[in-house]
Amino acid sequence: MNARSDNGVVLTVDPIACRAHGLCAEELPEGISLDEWGYPILPSRPLSRKLLRRAKSAAAACPVLALRVSRSRG
Amino acid sequence: MNASSLSTASTAGQNLSAHPDSTSGPIGVARLLPPARITLWPEHQRYYGPVLPTSAPSLADLVRASGLRGRGGAGFPTATKIDAVASGGGRPRGAVVVANCCEGDPTARKDRVLITRAPHLVIDGALVAASAVGADRVVFAVHQGSRSGSTLRAALAERGAAATAVSVVEVPHRFVASEASALVRFLNTGDARPLGRLAPVWESGVDGRPTLVDNAETLAQLALIARFGERWFRSVGSPEEPGTALVTVGGAVPRPGVVEIGTGTTIRTILAAAGASPTGWALIGGLAGRWVDLAVIATTRFTTADLAAAGAVRGVGSIIVLPTNGCLLTETARVLHHLADSGARQCGPCIFGLPAIAADMSALAAGDRMALTRLRRRLPTIDRRGACAHPDGAVAVAASALTVLGGPESSHLRQHLSHHGCRAAAPVVPLGVVNPTRAVSR
Repeated sequence: MNARSDNGVVLTVDPIACRAHGLCAEELPEGISLDEWGYPILPSRPLSRKLLRRAKSAAAACPVLALRVSRSRG
Repeated sequence: MNASSLSTASTAGQNLSAHPDSTSGPIGVARLLPPARITLWPEHQRYYGPVLPTSAPSLADLVRASGLRGRGGAGFPTATKIDAVASGGGRPRGAVVVANCCEGDPTARKDRVLITRAPHLVIDGALVAASAVGADRVVFAVHQGSRSGSTLRAALAERGAAATAVSVVEVPHRFVASEASALVRFLNTGDARPLGRLAPVWESGVDGRPTLVDNAETLAQLALIARFGERWFRSVGSPEEPGTALVTVGGAVPRPGVVEIGTGTTIRTILAAAGASPTGWALIGGLAGRWVDLAVIATTRFTTADLAAAGAVRGVGSIIVLPTNGCLLTETARVLHHLADSGARQCGPCIFGLPAIAADMSALAAGDRMALTRLRRRLPTIDRRGACAHPDGAVAVAASALTVLGGPESSHLRQHLSHHGCRAAAPVVPLGVVNPTRAVSR
């Protein structure tokens, strides 16, 4: 990973709020997959900052607003 | 065995006099567990001596220098926690200390033995902690109807009024209820489910105040450090994790009970105190602990780091030994079903993941070879995806069972897979009360 990666996109989910709607994975399949019960499995490392806008729409797509998007600090 | 490194709770009582060296602290490892119960306040003061008033910053320094780590399961440095709460306590309203006396893990009995033996030591520790973090309120959290509750109430009544508001609160018999955020949530709302990792209790806990949640044994250690100092504390045990520790030894051993050890005592020596030798399988660290082959781990020292390096975990400091004809698969399936039933059912991994891996483990015990594949696929997808560590513990105990079964005793797994079954002895891992957690209707 290059030095720019420390400014990537970090996804976090509130597991108590999440109801496995699965819309986040539809919006951002590059970063989010679903487990066999439909709950999101998030990437362990920050995503490329190019995905920031899509990550934000994935968070906005969540009916219970359980997904959060932040920038990793360098 | 090294007799000087152990003190057993089953020692017969003697007449108590002042401790032979009550100004410099008990010699040897019988620190937390006095030879006989000391429930009377004057007797307690005679035996341990008074806690000298210390200023809060110097107390925090003392704890830091002592190297004390939490004894509730996580093994977090106590001084770091005190600092976090003390700095949060700079607000107008004071901090709160919660003494976790619940001992939610049914494999451990150390805290209830400690509270029975030396209740005033735990109270001393909670008051010392309160002065260290600037708390004006102390809550002793005990399990509903437990003897610890009545013992602590009697001891508190005897000490009379104090500057700090002190109460004993009974919490429901639920495994997750001893998790720090669950305790705080219960005290605030009556709902004993974990809050998740977003709201640290040291910043905003009971009534929104900075809250220090410490386990009963940790507080008792604190009470002794405040009396006798960090050099005394470090004079016993391993340098990297000093002092003594309470260990519960149970299962198929001749003399089950709680022993006080110098940290760094080997598994072999601890087992010898219970009349057992290091052979066969054991569950170390609690229901969310790890299965180990005792022969492999016999010379491992009982410290957080050494146990982790050996694939085990210190956890709640319990060792449950299986009988020679015990069955690891059946026991693990039973533990997993219990953990699935006692979860908070708030998150997907807990609601769906735990019942799934419990069913897989039962299927494996019944000879279903595919269950092994399912477990290997499912365990990593459940790990660290809940709001609290409850599912992680279940994953860890299941994974350790598979690891140990692949070891020298792999013939046992083959026996199950070839449908020859196993003529195992009755399960020995204690599960306690099975009581699914539900949202409290208010």
